[in-house]
Amino acid sequence: MAIPASRPNLNWRERAFLPAIVSGLFITWRHFVRYIFGRTKVTIQYPEQTRDADLPDYYRGTPALVKDEQGRIRCVACQLCEFICPPRAIKILPGEIPTDDRFAKVEKYPEEFDIDMIRCIYCGMCEEVCPEQAIFLRKDYVVTGFTREEMVHRKDKLLEIGGVMHGVVLKWNDKK
Amino acid sequence: MYSWLILSSLAKIVGILFVVILPMVSYTVYAERRVSAFIQDRPGPNRVGPAGLLQPIADVVKLLIKEDFTPAGVNTFYYWLAPCLAMMPSIITIAVVPFGSTLFDVPMVIADVNIGILWVFAIGSLGVYGIVIGGWASNSKYPFLGGVRSSSQMISYELSLGLAVIPIFMLVGKLRLTDVVRYQIDHGWFIAPFIGDWANPVKWLLAIPMLISFFVFMVAMFAETNRLPFDLPEAEQELAGGYHTEYSSMKFALFFLGEYTAMIAGSAVMVTLFLGGWHFPGIPDGSHGWIFGLTNIVVFFAKVTALLFFFIWVRWTLPRFRYDQLMRLGWLFFFELALVNIFLVAGILACFHV
Amino acid sequence: MQLFLFWCAALLMLVFGVAVILNRNPVASALSLVVSFLGLATLFMMLDAYFIGIIQVLVYAGAVMVLFLFIIMLLDLRAENLRKINWPATAGGAVVAFVFLIQVLSVIGRLTDAKKTFPPLARSTIDDVRNVGVTLFTNFNFPFQVIGVLVLVATIGVVVLSKRELANK
Ligand code: SF4
Ligand code: SF4
Repeated sequence: MAIPASRPNLNWRERAFLPAIVSGLFITWRHFVRYIFGRTKVTIQYPEQTRDADLPDYYRGTPALVKDEQGRIRCVACQLCEFICPPRAIKILPGEIPTDDRFAKVEKYPEEFDIDMIRCIYCGMCEEVCPEQAIFLRKDYVVTGFTREEMVHRKDKLLEIGGVMHGVVLKWNDKK
Repeated sequence: MYSWLILSSLAKIVGILFVVILPMVSYTVYAERRVSAFIQDRPGPNRVGPAGLLQPIADVVKLLIKEDFTPAGVNTFYYWLAPCLAMMPSIITIAVVPFGSTLFDVPMVIADVNIGILWVFAIGSLGVYGIVIGGWASNSKYPFLGGVRSSSQMISYELSLGLAVIPIFMLVGKLRLTDVVRYQIDHGWFIAPFIGDWANPVKWLLAIPMLISFFVFMVAMFAETNRLPFDLPEAEQELAGGYHTEYSSMKFALFFLGEYTAMIAGSAVMVTLFLGGWHFPGIPDGSHGWIFGLTNIVVFFAKVTALLFFFIWVRWTLPRFRYDQLMRLGWLFFFELALVNIFLVAGILACFHV
Repeated sequence: MQLFLFWCAALLMLVFGVAVILNRNPVASALSLVVSFLGLATLFMMLDAYFIGIIQVLVYAGAVMVLFLFIIMLLDLRAENLRKINWPATAGGAVVAFVFLIQVLSVIGRLTDAKKTFPPLARSTIDDVRNVGVTLFTNFNFPFQVIGVLVLVATIGVVVLSKRELANK
């Protein structure tokens, strides 16, 4: 059922528009003058000034792969992040770990791991879904490039951004 | 004599168009961006050149080298014609506006015709074709709606525009714009009775209808130039940009610049009609030496700039009207106001035998 | 120069006048009519009748044709583009137009005024706005007022008609 929204009853002063328009003009004028005399300072002149120092902990920058403290890539190529990623930015080519390997029980490792940063929307789903805590959104936000090719982060690039991260889940370790 | 006339006219056209109007257009765009930024507590474009002053040049280069995309299904000839039609009328309008007194004894008006203001209206009313054709030729819903809106809006507000200036011509008795300026120099600016023979009480009385006229004219001008609060033909939020949605590159730029040229032309007309044209108390006209002639021109464009600032200021203050509000306002309020105003002036003129 | 401009304007007017009826696309026809009006206005202005010329632009090109265009664009006239040419009707129309042309020419040919050149005007510029105004309000004041009342009645009639339409729905 349609519920008609009741319109406010305006008195004659409000209906004449003009007083409201004039007061509005004064408001914008005040902002204008305040800016001209340098009393408003909210804009950060980006490349020269940044707020890198006080980015909050929950800041979601570029997604990146991390290594554990022993220098191993934590990703086990389960492809859950590839599946969950809303814009389908992640592409993983899993490789098989041979059965005689020490880490044979892990079964898979990412042979290729691409994140297309033109597609990524920095939603953090990949970080949330990853069972291995292998992918994290870091605080980097400067992603540039002249070609589409350059905008795709390959595995080495992702690892470089990611660095080392400690976590609780570690499939590579023996205990599990 | 004849060739001298042609030569001086040509010099004036080139001078006013390429030296003053076109740079002014691009810098109005710049001013629009800067002022809107300041009003919204931002710096605006401030990177290209000192304080961003070279931004217009960068903009033009960008627009020129952008891909000129023609959507499928457009009516190609009219699609090309529309941007030209959008830009031209407002430039032609400036031909009859006296932008200065005299410079080296050459009157600073390109065509001093005796139907000055009618010319402005006639050519101005052709401006709607660019928008309507652009909207129609694009073969797309939103531009089409923009074009239709624009045509009805312009017709509605042209009436108020025309009626608002009638009081002036009842006083002056001529349609020639140089005569209007001459009258204001002798009798004071129309909306500023303290300039000129301020001791005359009738003048103060006349200032009331003149202020009403100025108000109606200005509002109608806002509507004619599609500026906020009347920018329904190009409302971004409703029509995704309106009549120029389907245009790109320099064709879009022509629409865009056409709007600003119309704004400048409108301000120039307003300055001439109500604000004393190139006159400023204490500055003699160009017959006293070229330096004064030049000053007159500067004064004129200073006034135009002030009005342009007002245009921009209003744009970044007011929200948009709804379409029915716009029509009601035009037909039921401004039209009547302008009409009553004419009677008011006629009454004052008849009572005091001015 | 004068003659050259005259021919330019006249040709413009005629060519676009023909284009009005030859164009299949109604919008193109309407726009051709606008250009034709502009040519006509130029002709008036060359006769120093600035006022009539500019009113031609202001009223016909600027207002009436915009309304026309408005309506044409709202009606979907695509079918008009595809319609076949009705040859018998076209031929009949051409004959009528031809006969009319001959009539006009013969009448003009018999007029003596058409053959002599006018004496140059006493003053190069006339204040034609004032003249038109004065003539309207003195010699033709009564017809002028009658027309005013007629237009008013027509306006009220339109308002009444459209209002009743709404009430019925
Ligand atoms: S969800 Fe984690 S472990 Fe699985 S493929 Fe993605 S990054 Fe690797
Ligand atoms: S942050 Fe979101 S969009 Fe970006 S890669 Fe991860 S899941 Fe995909």
